[in-house]
Amino acid sequence: MSGTTPVPGGGTSAAARGGSAAAAGARRRRAPFGAPAVLLAPFLVLFTACTLIPIGYAVYLSLFSERRSGLGFGGTTTQVFTGIGNYTRALGDAAFRDGFWNTAQYCLLYIPLMLGLSLAVALLLDSALARAKRFFQLALFLPHAVPGIIAALVWTYLYTPGISPVVDALNSAGAQVDVFGHPLPAIVNIAVWEWTGYNMVIFYAALQAIPREVLEAAVVDGAGPLRTAFSVKIPLIRASVVMVGLFTVIGSLQLFTEPMILHDVAPGVVSTWTPNMYSYAAAFERNDYGLAAASSVLLALAAAALSVVVTRFTRDRGEKRTSKPARQRAEKRTETAR
Amino acid sequence: MSTLTPVRPAADTAKPGKPRRPWTLSKTAVNGALALATLYTLLPLGWLITASAKNTADLIGGRSLGADNFHLGQNLQDLATTGDGIYFRWYLNSLLYAGIGALLCALICVGAGYAFHVYSFRGKEKLFGVVLLGVLVPTTALALPMYLLASQLHIVNTYWAVLLPSLVNPFGVYLARVFCAGYLPGETLEAARMDGASELRIFWSIGLKMVMPGFVTIFLFQFTAIWNNFFLPLVMLSDNRLFPVSLGLYTWNAQTHAFPEYYPLVVTGSLLAVLPLVIAFVVLQRHWKAGMTAGSVK
Repeated sequence: MSGTTPVPGGGTSAAARGGSAAAAGARRRRAPFGAPAVLLAPFLVLFTACTLIPIGYAVYLSLFSERRSGLGFGGTTTQVFTGIGNYTRALGDAAFRDGFWNTAQYCLLYIPLMLGLSLAVALLLDSALARAKRFFQLALFLPHAVPGIIAALVWTYLYTPGISPVVDALNSAGAQVDVFGHPLPAIVNIAVWEWTGYNMVIFYAALQAIPREVLEAAVVDGAGPLRTAFSVKIPLIRASVVMVGLFTVIGSLQLFTEPMILHDVAPGVVSTWTPNMYSYAAAFERNDYGLAAASSVLLALAAAALSVVVTRFTRDRGEKRTSKPARQRAEKRTETAR
Repeated sequence: MSTLTPVRPAADTAKPGKPRRPWTLSKTAVNGALALATLYTLLPLGWLITASAKNTADLIGGRSLGADNFHLGQNLQDLATTGDGIYFRWYLNSLLYAGIGALLCALICVGAGYAFHVYSFRGKEKLFGVVLLGVLVPTTALALPMYLLASQLHIVNTYWAVLLPSLVNPFGVYLARVFCAGYLPGETLEAARMDGASELRIFWSIGLKMVMPGFVTIFLFQFTAIWNNFFLPLVMLSDNRLFPVSLGLYTWNAQTHAFPEYYPLVVTGSLLAVLPLVIAFVVLQRHWKAGMTAGSVK
């Protein structure tokens, strides 16, 4: 702990400056080296050990294949450098490509549905007409407290004829419901249930942070609630929508738990149904670590590429929309109205 | 934000000449839609509660619950005795992983976030940028290389294999920095410095105390993340005495085809596993809302 005391001279000079203390603060606080290092070290060490090194190790592993030499029990395995061999093997495997195709279909169905629903519910909750806002917020958020595996289990039971009151009611009404024959919507529904409320709370918080004068100005301009929602509110919370979209894309690519549970009951959900399940099967069913690492790296690359696309795409759209002048005009209007 | 709300009605009355009411949606439509959405989120949980009181035959047969076939006590007793009470061992493991993991993680995150906020050093923003990029790394893509690394270190199938990766949360560092910027007035730290307190002492007895709401928020979210994590323990653990609840229920569910008597165990076990988080979120409403507000307003 010694050596962390700040230079006394620095302290007094900054105090003398008074008002500009914040500006001077940055320079003054540079003095002790020990304290920031001690405070940052635990995180940086763990971050290196559990994120950076595994990434490097995955890349390294993906370049090698294990060859078994010798026969039977005494045989040893040797690592052979294969370059991009594992990558071409993964990409050449129809099961791996099918996994990406399934994930793409899942994203196309799930992301617009979930984002649309959570935005709609947040806007409803933000409207002056909504009652019992605290209750609705909590009740809609609760699925987030349910572990993904339990959500998947409960919904799987709710899909199972004989166990599910819903399926039984529909079947006795004449509709032949076969949820397990359509795994994609079944999985999308579980994900929508888990995440709509969570993201709704984020959107609602952002909506509440919009200055009331701006909404006021929109009303004065004659905008109805729908117009206000689409032309004022949603453009103003674009940062939140982009952030949620980004996390949703990354989360969707990692799809694993829900199809893993449905794998037991739905014949269409094979053990390599998503890229993640493919990596898992490669590692633990086939003990092919090179292939597993290569497919993990490909998944991470896909996530990185999609993150770039999401941020770029939304930034461009934001610039074209130019919501800023509209807001300024609205703000000016409020000034004059007063 | 709440201080600004009175502006709205005031401006309405200021323009009495304008009879136009822009709110075309009716109150019933708005609240009805919200109630419908709430039904969707709550009904599966309601089903879980009633199903946990059913025995195997009633559960599979779809019989509705009544006073004569209420078997919650029996199910709980089965849960406590099956496999020598392994379920409650899983429960304790989950509490251990999530409790200790979230506590240490929150401390580590707040320490790092505090350092990023208070001090300036060479390459600070670049380092912070790397941390933010860490938020975008798919964690499940890391689990497999982490398993292989852990097996070389011979910590696979130990508590450490699940606990150590749970301590890292780059988003928590980001949140902690945002919270520090919001809760820590520079003057207070300055006063402590003038009093001759060492930097680490200032962090421990002033900084940490002032960002306590942020600490609780990060703790709560990390607790949930660890409690809900399934992939990491699935990869790391093979000894079922080390399993968390999520993994234990998964292995039981896999047996329901051959042994239907596991159905009530899985259902009742699921209900018990959901309870602590539901209670935490109901009690700590202020904290999770604060966390999500800080995360959304960049």
